[in-house]
Amino acid sequence: MARGLIAGPEPVETGDPEAGTPPLLPRHPALLLARRRLAQAPFVLLIVITGAFLLLEAAPGDAVDAYLAGLGGDAGLVAELRERWGLDRSAPTRFLLYLAGLATGDLGWSVAFGRPVLAVIAERLPITLALAGAATALAFGLGTGLGVLAGARPGGPLDRLLSATALLLNAVPTFWLGLLLALLFAVRLRWLPSAGIETIGAGHTGLARFLDIARHLVLPTVTLGLVYAALYLRLLRAGMVEAWRSDYVRAARAKGIPRRRLVLRHVARNALLPVVTMLGLQSATLIGGSVVVESVFAVPGLGRLAAEAVTQRDLPLLLGILLVSAVLVVLVNLLIDLLYARLDPRVELAARTP
Amino acid sequence: MRLERRALLRAGSVLGLSALAGGRARAEAPRRGGVLVVAADTEPRNLNPAMVASNGVFYVASKVIEPLAEMAYGEPGLTPRLALAFEGSEDGRSVRLRLRPNVRFHDGKPFSSADVAWSALELWKKHQNLGRVVFKDLEAVDTPDPLTAILRFATPTPLQLVRNALPALTAVVPRHLYEGTDPLSNPHNQKLVGTGPFRFAEHRPGQYYRLERNPDYWDAPRPWLDGIVFRVLPDRGAIAAALESGEIRLAAFSAVPLADMERLAKLPGIAVIDKGYEGITYQLTVEINHRRKELADLRVRRAIAHAIDPNFVVERIFLGHAKPSTGPVPRFDTRFYTADVPTYPYDPKRAEALLDEAGLRRGADGVRFTVELLPAPWFEQTRQMGDYLRQALKAVGIEAKLVVKDPAGHQKAVYTDHAFDLAIGSPVYRNDPAISTTILYQGGLPPGVPFSNQYGWADPAMDDLIARAARELDPGARSELYRRFQRLAAEQLPLIPVVEFTFLTVASTSVRGVADNPRWATSHWADTWLEA
Repeated sequence: MARGLIAGPEPVETGDPEAGTPPLLPRHPALLLARRRLAQAPFVLLIVITGAFLLLEAAPGDAVDAYLAGLGGDAGLVAELRERWGLDRSAPTRFLLYLAGLATGDLGWSVAFGRPVLAVIAERLPITLALAGAATALAFGLGTGLGVLAGARPGGPLDRLLSATALLLNAVPTFWLGLLLALLFAVRLRWLPSAGIETIGAGHTGLARFLDIARHLVLPTVTLGLVYAALYLRLLRAGMVEAWRSDYVRAARAKGIPRRRLVLRHVARNALLPVVTMLGLQSATLIGGSVVVESVFAVPGLGRLAAEAVTQRDLPLLLGILLVSAVLVVLVNLLIDLLYARLDPRVELAARTP
Repeated sequence: MRLERRALLRAGSVLGLSALAGGRARAEAPRRGGVLVVAADTEPRNLNPAMVASNGVFYVASKVIEPLAEMAYGEPGLTPRLALAFEGSEDGRSVRLRLRPNVRFHDGKPFSSADVAWSALELWKKHQNLGRVVFKDLEAVDTPDPLTAILRFATPTPLQLVRNALPALTAVVPRHLYEGTDPLSNPHNQKLVGTGPFRFAEHRPGQYYRLERNPDYWDAPRPWLDGIVFRVLPDRGAIAAALESGEIRLAAFSAVPLADMERLAKLPGIAVIDKGYEGITYQLTVEINHRRKELADLRVRRAIAHAIDPNFVVERIFLGHAKPSTGPVPRFDTRFYTADVPTYPYDPKRAEALLDEAGLRRGADGVRFTVELLPAPWFEQTRQMGDYLRQALKAVGIEAKLVVKDPAGHQKAVYTDHAFDLAIGSPVYRNDPAISTTILYQGGLPPGVPFSNQYGWADPAMDDLIARAARELDPGARSELYRRFQRLAAEQLPLIPVVEFTFLTVASTSVRGVADNPRWATSHWADTWLEA
């Protein structure tokens, strides 16, 4: 029985309703891993939700306090709003109601936006995914590319220059780097827009709209990308410095393997594993959105939305955002695991049962 | 019949225009055309000004949905919008409004007294944060003809108060889109439909609001602009950059950090304008929890007042864009304001003497007593005032521990839980003390009411004054009662008003017709235009 191989608690069934029949899918190690990860997901999500609920409950003030903080009102209004938004109920009741809604696929109602949570998130998710994807690609490409150059001759002039630059980029606050780039490219040179994600009222469609959005995303992508590229560069370089000292590299050198091949196939490839791990962690962070970069460049992404949800004490919205990003993080980590196995043949997928 | 009783609103508009924005008005014909792009920093969940009276809402919504009248510089202080004239009855139980003819809502339906009646009874009175107080006794609205609405009050209500409430509290929405719906979840609270110079075109959450010119506006050929875009820019540094790059042409409500203003003002083509907010003057106040026994002692409160240097606050925190307060009414409102009140000039020695007199001597560590100080988080200046007050109090031997919370946390701590000793507040004065000011002094309010007297202070003499002024029909007598209110407030110091401040607008000099009324940022912008 294939399911017997899966360790951990009984997974939520995604298909295969007839329990007695053999699974249709072949027992490919990657699929087993995928199934195991997905089986764990509901528990991860439940922990995330409970934790977030408790944290936001512990914060002083509720959605009505947040709403009235900018407004004022009388005692009657306060009571009416609390009743209307369901905040007159106890915290456990609200939590159970939320879970009950969730079980039917209902993410609830955002009090801050007065709209369904799902609709609010659906509006922002593509923007965050585009920004996170582009920034990760830039960071990974630039970081590993330059990392290989730096790690090819540790201590050489190029390494010194690149390492120093990376250190500087890592030390610079993101918002400051963002503002600086905006001042240079938007204010001084006027090459790029300083904020927003598309030209308002331009009425672009199709390719023109895509290019317009791409132009707006250049500065936020570069800001985020540069910071993370610096990280990848330093990580890869450190790994390569380590690899140069290992016996197999010495052996490969003794065999007279050409330097270029040595650097790429033997040194860099082995140093890539921690970078891939970091890639998983970082992209998870980016999916949650980058509050700072999104604020500086007025990008309406998930990060800013989450920050607003906290300030407004909009519990359903915050939980919704956490749920969506947790699902994405689980998926990204699954991809990273698969990538990891591909990079390092020693990692046997099926054997990595916890 | 007194001027207050029967008012033709028209007179104000000419005077208002001549008093325009610090000499920026030149005798030039306005140009039609152009979309004005401005910065916005909030996206209110309910944008309907008939239900939510707040500057964040008005900033966008006032261009779409109009009130009965708007504030104006000079006498009589009002210009007509949807109402042309009003007249109060001798017994104070009714106000007859004559409405503007030939006005249409943006969906083409005509505006009439039925819309005023419905907005007043169903929205201002029942749902609006400020209207619930001012219109609480509104019983009925008669509509003898489409252009006459008669507000009927259960108890005598001063015409002066109703008049002063017109600009901020009387936005009119179309009855036909609201009747029979749940007003709180009506989609037109976001997709606004009004009679204003601009139509609501779209809102992209997190990005912008876009308004389009209303070609059928009653005040043709106005509006001059083809449209207005409010770009949501949450970062203040980014607002400054967008102004410099020309991506936005105007930022209101001091959206640019004051420290950047000076630099921006020197740039060619950018002007910093300090007018157009007098009608929504804010105050920076020290709120006091009188449940704390040291602070319940009047000598201690006076000592704290003497320990604060308002000029320092004006010069250093507001960079000159504020004035020392003498009491709860700002100087701009000459109808009510009086300078004839007890004052507490900056005098640390006097403060120390008062504290000694109250028996609060310095301990071995130089500290008399310790307080928790909660600066409101909403303005840069409320937070900075917290830092300053801590130092000012330390100088006279009071140790203040700063506790900074986010808006919801602050709101709950101060106005519900009373978990503070001192707080920095920023109440807004709205054209009449009864609208949002006396509530800061009135005793016996239940906990949880935001921006109200949650200070544990109650004085029957004060409550009596407030109640009498709320009923007094004679405007002269009513103003006198509010002058006594200011004197009592300054004498007893239940809270300490430190400075009064308004905001700054930073705009490209190509934007014209800016700051031409005392609520400009939160008004119609029908007179605003762009140079070619």
